[in-house]
Amino acid sequence: MRKTELAVVGAGPAGISGALEAASYGVKVTLIDRGDRPGGQLVKQTHKFFGWHAKGAGTRGIVLAEQLARHIRENENVTFFGSTEALGYYSDKVLLLETPRGIEPLQCERLLVATGASEKMLLFPGNDLPGVYGAGAVQTLMNVYGVRPGRSVLMVGSGNIGLIVSYQLVQAGVRVAAVLEAMPVIGGYAVHASKIRRLGIPILTGHSIKEAYGDGQVEGAVIWKLDEKWNGIPGTEKDLKVDVICLATGLTPLGELLWQAGAQMEYVSELGGFVPLYDENMETTAKGVFVAGDASGVEEASTAMAEGKLAGLSAAWSLGRVPPEEFTRKREEIRNELYQLRAGPTGQKILRGLETLSKRAKKVTA
Amino acid sequence: MSDEGLLVTGIPTSEELARVTPPRERREKGPCVMIECFQRIPCDPCHYSCRFGAIKEFEDINDVPEVDWDKCTGCGMCIAACPGLAIFVVDESTGNEECRIAMPYEFVPLPEKGERVRLFDRAGTEVGTGVVERVIPGQKPQGTPVVWVRAPKELSLVARHLAVNREG
Repeated sequence: MRKTELAVVGAGPAGISGALEAASYGVKVTLIDRGDRPGGQLVKQTHKFFGWHAKGAGTRGIVLAEQLARHIRENENVTFFGSTEALGYYSDKVLLLETPRGIEPLQCERLLVATGASEKMLLFPGNDLPGVYGAGAVQTLMNVYGVRPGRSVLMVGSGNIGLIVSYQLVQAGVRVAAVLEAMPVIGGYAVHASKIRRLGIPILTGHSIKEAYGDGQVEGAVIWKLDEKWNGIPGTEKDLKVDVICLATGLTPLGELLWQAGAQMEYVSELGGFVPLYDENMETTAKGVFVAGDASGVEEASTAMAEGKLAGLSAAWSLGRVPPEEFTRKREEIRNELYQLRAGPTGQKILRGLETLSKRAKKVTA
Repeated sequence: MSDEGLLVTGIPTSEELARVTPPRERREKGPCVMIECFQRIPCDPCHYSCRFGAIKEFEDINDVPEVDWDKCTGCGMCIAACPGLAIFVVDESTGNEECRIAMPYEFVPLPEKGERVRLFDRAGTEVGTGVVERVIPGQKPQGTPVVWVRAPKELSLVARHLAVNREG
């Protein structure tokens, strides 16, 4: 049977950071992704990231993905398995993989789950019509394959993804009819909102989609205002002629592998859904199973990379590769970095969610 | 323009803008930066992009930028460095009824020097036209192109986007 010291499932920013950190201590790492190249969601993110100048802020996701992929290729301790899915993790430390060659077991001493998140669907009549996309699919079509998803788009959701994808649609020559937001305020960063407002895209807060219509494909959407209980207000309907409806209504952590591995999962709405309990080393209640990135709570790439690094460091330490003082010092450095990244107003929701999670973790250990 | 609030409209309020607008005397002296970044988010590249120390160091990564207009030369290096595309340079020193505005522009085709372009305000409303004076394309794929336009003076604090007037 093939053997590795650390298996990392998910080669996005969290998984790659974890793999590289563990590998820097000589740990043999196998990095697994269902995509054919490493980078995760970064490969379609053409905008520049925020964060610390010293840590590469201002770098576009696509450029960062290339840099990280190069580090992976050049690192002799990391083996990348592309087009491979992790099917299950069993108590004898065997990770079952579906590879292009067939089903293969992988014996691993430690496991890092960095599987990311999936998009939330929205319920409305006509949501099964061709032309209704998730924002991730629109980004993949445009920014990875160079395919325009349509001519005129209604964006549902004004979080950073909705705002950024709207901007990228205009860059691709597509008209964005409006951005809808059910909440009374815009969800994403103000600078992203300002960027699309000056392109003339209206952002309608307190609005949602009532229905999509069309003969065999989306030909238009009816939108309406919402009352304070999020119910549509009859009489406020507006008809928008669009051929694409793009849903950017949030993400939920992808935790199937963690459920199956036996990690205790908790529902924390601020973190996007079910997340595993984990300790200060990013280790879940399933011994030897670590978590990082959106799988541990939906945030963004900077925090995902810091969490990945912490999980990789902890995995290496648990394998006896990191001197205890160095481990403690580095762990505090990374935790401080995470704290600072979450210190602004947009990080408050995450901090609330993490507090809820840590209270429940204490109940488990007590 | 409505003053409902940046987080409702995506457009900064007049109060917010007043806080980051260089004083008239400074604008009439020469190019100077206007950083339209009002929300505490974890981001600091603008400080490091300035070779003149005009954008103060961040104590907290979430701080909003603070400008020292005495040190600012209006070079525009920070425009291309800002991940939020929130930085502009204005210059009302040309001594006639014109001004110069530098803005980030991440669209194709890029305008050419001497070309007349349409100008838009922060709500995307067309407010007039300007003539392109200079285009700094930036390095692909990482860079953000910066376009300098000559525009009527009254647009120096108003025009924040441009469009190229060509077919296609």
